[in-house]
Amino acid sequence: MTSEYDIAVIGGGNAALCAAMTAAERGAKVVVLETAPKTYRGGNSRHTRNFRCMHSTPLGPLVEAYGEDEYFEDLLKVTGGKTDERLARIAIRTSEECLPWMEAHGVRFQPSLSGTLSLARTNAFFMGGGKSLVNAYYRTAGKLGVDVLYEANVTHLQLEGDRISRVDYTHEGQHRSFAPRAVIVASGGFQANTDWLTRAWGPPAQNFLIRGTPYNRGVVLADLLDQGVRSVGDPTQCHAVAIDGRAPKFDGGIVTRLDCVPFSIVVNKNAERFHDEGEDVWPKRYAIWGRLIANQLDQIGYVVIDAKSLDLFMPSVFPPVKADTLEELADKMGLPPEKLLETVTAFNAACGDTSTFHPTELDGVTTSGLTPPKSNWARPITEAPFYGYSLRTGVTFTYLGLKVDEKARCSTENGPIRNLWAAGETMAGSILGQGYLAGFGMTIGTVFGRIAGQEAANHAN
Amino acid sequence: MQTDLLREARRQAEICNACRYCEGYCSVFPALHQERFFSEANLTQLANLCHNCRGCYYACQYTAPHEFDLNLPKALAEVRQDSWESFAWPAPLARRFQKSGVMIALATVLGFGVLFLAFRMLGSAGGSGFYAVLSHSAMVAIFLPAFLFPLMSIAVSLRRYWTATEGGRITHDQIVDAFASAAKMKNLAGGHGDGCNFEDEDRFSQARRFAHQAVMYGFLLCFASTTAGTILHYGFDMPAPYPFWSLPKLLGIPGGLLMVIGTIWLASLKLKADQSLGAPSAWGGEMGFILLLFLVALSGLGLYALGGTTAMPALLAIHLGSVLSFFLLTPYTKMVHGFYRLAALIRDEQRKSAG
Repeated sequence: MTSEYDIAVIGGGNAALCAAMTAAERGAKVVVLETAPKTYRGGNSRHTRNFRCMHSTPLGPLVEAYGEDEYFEDLLKVTGGKTDERLARIAIRTSEECLPWMEAHGVRFQPSLSGTLSLARTNAFFMGGGKSLVNAYYRTAGKLGVDVLYEANVTHLQLEGDRISRVDYTHEGQHRSFAPRAVIVASGGFQANTDWLTRAWGPPAQNFLIRGTPYNRGVVLADLLDQGVRSVGDPTQCHAVAIDGRAPKFDGGIVTRLDCVPFSIVVNKNAERFHDEGEDVWPKRYAIWGRLIANQLDQIGYVVIDAKSLDLFMPSVFPPVKADTLEELADKMGLPPEKLLETVTAFNAACGDTSTFHPTELDGVTTSGLTPPKSNWARPITEAPFYGYSLRTGVTFTYLGLKVDEKARCSTENGPIRNLWAAGETMAGSILGQGYLAGFGMTIGTVFGRIAGQEAANHAN
Repeated sequence: MQTDLLREARRQAEICNACRYCEGYCSVFPALHQERFFSEANLTQLANLCHNCRGCYYACQYTAPHEFDLNLPKALAEVRQDSWESFAWPAPLARRFQKSGVMIALATVLGFGVLFLAFRMLGSAGGSGFYAVLSHSAMVAIFLPAFLFPLMSIAVSLRRYWTATEGGRITHDQIVDAFASAAKMKNLAGGHGDGCNFEDEDRFSQARRFAHQAVMYGFLLCFASTTAGTILHYGFDMPAPYPFWSLPKLLGIPGGLLMVIGTIWLASLKLKADQSLGAPSAWGGEMGFILLLFLVALSGLGLYALGGTTAMPALLAIHLGSVLSFFLLTPYTKMVHGFYRLAALIRDEQRKSAG
């Protein structure tokens, strides 16, 4: 079986396009097989907004400096050491040369967005966000002669010995096969596959919302793992945060986040508090609440704040539920009114001196004699109108992926697969064993996408 | 103003406010992100600040078929269109002209008719050149009111706009900054300077920005040419026609050429652009207005080229007729956008200095 294409890239997000453009620039004839329709192309990259970038002097939109060691330490903090240091340092070191490369391939940057000034030194923001990056890359890839097939569902990669001999996919209702010289897998994780999530996590996963694309169903990942391709990452874990409970099942993206937890009390369906809402600052707090909500009855929580806290956090995508009394609020949110009143009364009674309240610092304004306590920002909930939000677990990505070496090459127990590379979310578990570092997913995708493209092109030539 | 249009714009603005990815594109987003709730005053101002560069649409993760169904350029275009109609004076005229290119064409024809009638009834006052066809005093009698009435109408509208958007006392610096933004058409530069999205989906290009500036500067040159002619006529007793090396011609010929090129360019871009990213009901009126400007410029140039031939009286009628229509229709056609846009830019400067 022969093919007009040297390289097949599976997936259509940032890593896939970086690989495709790099390979095409080295003379390879490349086809991108994107499972989404054109309007939804780009996988989770559509929802991203920045790129974490090492730099020794101010670079593009980035101020001051952000060195390799500091970057690596930031990674160690969020992963608790669950990382592959060699791969992580490749991603970090190479990120600096990626920024001008991205600009040369059509990406435009903008100053740090309002509300994200803390990232002005470390993260370069894409003008218009991830979808505009994806648009620019598709334009550039097109000029480089890359062909793109949308709604092309890859069903199987045939592994024969130490190479992929065939790619099977469906397109326009037809089953098709071809045999490119090299294959790059950049088709993300499996978080949109509810059955798989449920097998991994248990029945509560059915109530999880998926923050990103509905097209990351893990078809190619499962196919390769079934054939003995080596994996990395905890198969049962996903990165999840607490998001607006009214968010759509898929693709809610950035807007569904809620930053009001520290100024609130959070209760479960029975109107009982279950965790310290003032425990820590963003981003740690942000990440733990996804898991906390997942462990509640029906995987839902309810945030309650009062009028004085409404302007302290980023606006929500849907207006909050609003009521003049707590009973009315409970009624509107389907909570037992008497119990909510009891919980709020107990909380208010445990609040002390609030004169040192400071919304952006751990202010030590705490409750006393309350279980669980609220250890910061504890102000009584007294001023009408009262506002409420429901919270649900929103899955960002899954950790299980393909294990790769420094050249982004996949392998089996018997050794490297000669013509199979992986890039992006599908191999990020090698570097991000747990937790998440803002903008690092795009760094991994860009760095390893380019490496995979280069290696695959060398192989094809 | 129409509550359903405001409600839809508010729904979309709330989603944008929770996202903020588009903050770098234009003036709309920093203004939008400063609000938490969107009043009619906010939305009216945002709608008039929006230059319809479409960058936010093509960058948006939430456009259809996503259930959020964002199309902010369209939502704001509809509020903008509606705001012009509600501020226009007299209002019924606005409703009729705003949305209809055909009506514009009819009005133009009406303009011709009045002129031809004037030629016959008033006749020549024994003047020479153009004034042999229509006396200078007859021209003034027709055009002075046709010039002053629209100005008065626009003044009423802008005052209504200023009240509706809760504008304050205007300072010199605010005016300078607003004119500087318009002079460079900064809001069509896309924040990164690569231009806007219009004729080819998400590809950034300067085409629309440059075409718009060709029309705008061409128009200003032509206006300056007419003003120079008026001054020469009254101040120096030098009536038309003017030779090539004179102010009216040196301003008017390049101005006319820029307008002709710019209007053809704009119309061709508009034919390629996606209509559903603007106010679809206004498309015909906008196109009609571009054609009217084209006619004004082309007939003016024609008059210069063929002024000495027997075609002159007919060309003069066409030129003066289209100019008459243009002036009279200014408060009710797309031409009015320039006035509102400047007002919105000044209002935005006030927001910035207050924030």
